[in-house]
Amino acid sequence: MALAEPSSSGRFGEFGGRYVPETLVPACHELERAFRSAWGDPTFRNELDGLLADYAGRPSPLTECHRLSEELGVRVLLKREDLNHTGSHKINNVLGQALLAKRMGKTRLVAETGAGQHGVASATAAALMGMECMVFMGEVDIERQALNVFRMKLLGAEVVPAVSGSRTLKDAVNEAMRDWVATVETTHYCLGSVMGPHPYPWMVREFHTVIGTEARAQCEKLLDGGVPDIVTACVGGGSNAIGIFSGFADTDAELVGVEPAGGAAVGRGVPGVVHGMKSYLMQDEFGQVQEAHSISAGLDYPGVGPEHSFLSSIGRARYEAVTDEQVIDAFQLLSRTEGIIPALEPAHALAWISRDREQLAGKTVLLNMSGRGDKDVGQMMDILG
Amino acid sequence: MVTPAEEGLTIPDAPTQPGALEAALRTRRDAGRKLLVPYVTGGLGTDWAEIVRAVADAGADAIEIGVPFSDPVMDGPVIQEASELALRAGATPVTIFDELRTIDAGVPIAVMTYYNLAFHMGHQRFAESLAAAGVSAAILPDLPLEEVGPWATAADAAGVETVLLAAPTAPDDRLPLVCARARGFVYAVGLLGVTGERDALASSSLVIARRLKAITDKPVLVGVGVSSAAQAVEVCAEADGVVIGSALMRRVLEGVGPAGAGAFISEVRTALDSAY
Repeated sequence: MALAEPSSSGRFGEFGGRYVPETLVPACHELERAFRSAWGDPTFRNELDGLLADYAGRPSPLTECHRLSEELGVRVLLKREDLNHTGSHKINNVLGQALLAKRMGKTRLVAETGAGQHGVASATAAALMGMECMVFMGEVDIERQALNVFRMKLLGAEVVPAVSGSRTLKDAVNEAMRDWVATVETTHYCLGSVMGPHPYPWMVREFHTVIGTEARAQCEKLLDGGVPDIVTACVGGGSNAIGIFSGFADTDAELVGVEPAGGAAVGRGVPGVVHGMKSYLMQDEFGQVQEAHSISAGLDYPGVGPEHSFLSSIGRARYEAVTDEQVIDAFQLLSRTEGIIPALEPAHALAWISRDREQLAGKTVLLNMSGRGDKDVGQMMDILG
Repeated sequence: MVTPAEEGLTIPDAPTQPGALEAALRTRRDAGRKLLVPYVTGGLGTDWAEIVRAVADAGADAIEIGVPFSDPVMDGPVIQEASELALRAGATPVTIFDELRTIDAGVPIAVMTYYNLAFHMGHQRFAESLAAAGVSAAILPDLPLEEVGPWATAADAAGVETVLLAAPTAPDDRLPLVCARARGFVYAVGLLGVTGERDALASSSLVIARRLKAITDKPVLVGVGVSSAAQAVEVCAEADGVVIGSALMRRVLEGVGPAGAGAFISEVRTALDSAY
């Protein structure tokens, strides 16, 4: 494993920690103990690996993009998390957390969702394991991701609109935490990214290391034992990015996270504390959290997972920001050249490659294709006419 | 191997001398009085300072002033709405502290807000701003015992008491640690959940108050879910007093004004005084 465990207080350098109401502290301790025990238990690991293979469809393939590479002058490889069951990388984490919740005797999952991919994955795992599931989703996102809302309901989950604040992902997290404060005895908070209080950033990363482990082996095979020059992924909270980075952190590969210009927490570089963690955070001069703005509901988040702040602060990873317009172009580019319709989230990483293709000329870039674009087709129809 | 370094996290011992808030509450409690601490959202409307004076005149023993934060995860719909309205009206920590300096409530003031506002301003500057505004204590509900060290060091130095919350979920070995570090009073969380009114008093309110009273002689006040004069009387069978927030702020949001806010607190005061 190339990325280390956080410190005993849940810190990656100065970032992370456990800034939660007193009511939740014992639950965080219990979760940390349970995860540590499960993660070291071969029975748990085998059960999870079995689900990842037989239910989620792992391993996901590595696809070399010949036509796209020719057009950009950059050799692009895609790690195909979009081909997982439920259409994104989110299923890796959710199957792990749902199994863990069952092992802890919890009967109910509560989750937040932005684009709906984590909500759909949570609802799916709950259906599979016979658990109750409640998903909080910002009112704005409910409108722009109607398809995923319907999918969650079909899967038996209750979808509750978050109507406060910016009515997007940030507020869905607030509502999920408020629910958890009230239901902590029976409920597991199935957090969808490498964020929140310790042990979540670490635990969710561990559940996603499967992406990096597979991709490393697949790249070695394709590149005659080598590694790509660059590994890139989009970053909202940053779970898919940390998953693929984990396979390459101990190599010479450059790690590049791509944030939306309207939600570039790392890019602004001001630390703050919200949602249980200390990390880079978009905030005003008094420390009020600002609203993010992105075409992609999944990246519409003013914070970022603490390990990304740490990797940025020590210079191991760097973070770029792209505009909505660049993302729209990339969305069409991949569809047209490779027959792969990406979700708007990973289209951010492609937008960066495309924008900076002159500097990247001749390099090999591995991009984590974290999700498929079906959920975004309606929104893109409106935008592209 | 990318190895994170541990940040030194130590929890300083609380000063042994009680601060102004704790001293005032102890004196009143020891005289046989049940303690009443109303919560008022700072910066809400043009008359919030008058509301503070009105609840002081109505018999509050101390007053909690909410400094609104964009993401109040421990708060239910009423305090959320009050916070959002105050923020939209332009309330900031600085405007609220400035106005607090001009209010002579005659009882100690505690500020309730979320940690990022203190972290962002800087621990020392935030603590000194509180002290300069005449504030005795701070309540930061998203700063649990393990994380309180850096803030508490600055607050202790500035003479600001840090009230800690004690939750029903805490195991027995945790509560003494919370009580030892708590200053001002121990804020007993009455139920599993966020702030807001409930039809009946949660039995967990009585349990947590009893557990705390058995291990500390600091004032133990129950908040979260204490919604009426009758519920205040009920929980004070075990507790030294109550914090009343949402029940007061709902009335304020409905427009009762300083007189109505004072009347409600007076009703609770009278009920407590006649019951004990």
